[in-house]
Amino acid sequence: MTEAGAGPVVALLDYEMSNLRSAGKALERLGARVRVAARPDETRGADAIVLPGVGRFGAAMERLAAHGFVDMLRGAADGGTPVLGICLGLQLLFDESEESPGVPGLGLVPGRVERLRTSLKVPHIGWSEVDWREGSVLAPAAGGPAERTYYFVHSYACVPGDPDDVRGMATHGSAFVAAAGRGSVEGVQFHPEKSSGAGLALLGRWLDAVRHPPVVPA
Amino acid sequence: MIRVIPCLDVDRGRVVKGVNFVDIRDAGDPVELAARYDAEGADELVFLDITATHEERDTIVHLVERTAEKVFIPFTIGGGLRTEDDIRAVLAAGADKVSLNSAAVRDPDLVERAAMRFGDQCIVVAIDAKRRADGSGWEVYLAGGRQETGIEAVAWAAEAARRGAGELLVTSMDRDGTQAGFDTDLLSAIAAAAPVPVIASGGAGTLEHFAQAVTRGHADAVLAASVFHDGVYSVGEVKAAMARDGVPVRR
Repeated sequence: MTEAGAGPVVALLDYEMSNLRSAGKALERLGARVRVAARPDETRGADAIVLPGVGRFGAAMERLAAHGFVDMLRGAADGGTPVLGICLGLQLLFDESEESPGVPGLGLVPGRVERLRTSLKVPHIGWSEVDWREGSVLAPAAGGPAERTYYFVHSYACVPGDPDDVRGMATHGSAFVAAAGRGSVEGVQFHPEKSSGAGLALLGRWLDAVRHPPVVPA
Repeated sequence: MIRVIPCLDVDRGRVVKGVNFVDIRDAGDPVELAARYDAEGADELVFLDITATHEERDTIVHLVERTAEKVFIPFTIGGGLRTEDDIRAVLAAGADKVSLNSAAVRDPDLVERAAMRFGDQCIVVAIDAKRRADGSGWEVYLAGGRQETGIEAVAWAAEAARRGAGELLVTSMDRDGTQAGFDTDLLSAIAAAAPVPVIASGGAGTLEHFAQAVTRGHADAVLAASVFHDGVYSVGEVKAAMARDGVPVRR
């Protein structure tokens, strides 16, 4: 992946917990200059950060710490750098997870992560429509259900402590939080890089917000 | 939503049964076909690697890399994966899941080891099953239906799920290639026995068959090869028919 071109520089965090190829290629297709970063200094100067992730919460926090990313991410969030968490990357933004009791998360969004409470099969694997809250930079402005339907693979879902941090809901037998965010930090439980046109469009909207940050009323 | 999954047979990096889409430059290129199915609304793809010789198995890793760069829906690699290293190679190259068939039957512990190492969600166990002549359930077969195992299919499905399979890809060898419809008895027996998603395979012939796999077979996804490759139905037509029959699909 190269940084040629004029799009925003996106640091894609490589902490050995997920395959980065699809996410990187999707962002590049949308004009981002993708920089795969395995160390905090490699994120310096980036316009935004993507935190991907597949696997277990506890193992992921351990890998993030080993790569020096925990403090870097907290600093980035404090400084208003846009951060996008994907799948487990969303869950890591929270304080803790039922999956790995006693392991502190990043704490960038208050709340916890709980196992899906549903009568249906877990893991939830497949496509679900997201009901976006108005005003989220990730929400599609228009379009039919296909434009709001994304690919999920997960057994856990986040439960924000502050309801204002919920960005979108989906249903798998019962409702769960599909997207959450706070300040410059956003996260999605689904895989936009695996969600065909709807996913690419979402990443495009996030990159637009990186280029032109929304004005936050004082 | 119920997923619709085209399956592509690949030999040494090339599609075996090509589709004659008029607007495709190279109908033998799995990546071009995969991108086409993505555009048509396929929810996932399965590549079944039938490359016979081990020396040429690197072609699949290269194919996975190219696919992951151009196709933005999940895809699974099946066929010929025997060891954790085989699995790691295709996952590291960008595949979302692997499908284990004979290797899982011969070494059920492989399912457990792979699930622990890579996560349940990326381990699919494929089961080829044939109805027993005496009517007492279904038997697991290997080698495309040529090799009997003596293993009961529903029990094996439950065991595979218990050992960490995140999904089961269930093919009826009685129905495969017949276009007589999915074996919904087999599917519903496995769906009841295993608490993980079931992908129905084998026998799709008419548009109605796809919804039946769900309404009667309780499958979570439907897979087909020839009806898509031969251009009998498009993914869109299948989804429209399923929706008409009340099955939720992404459209």
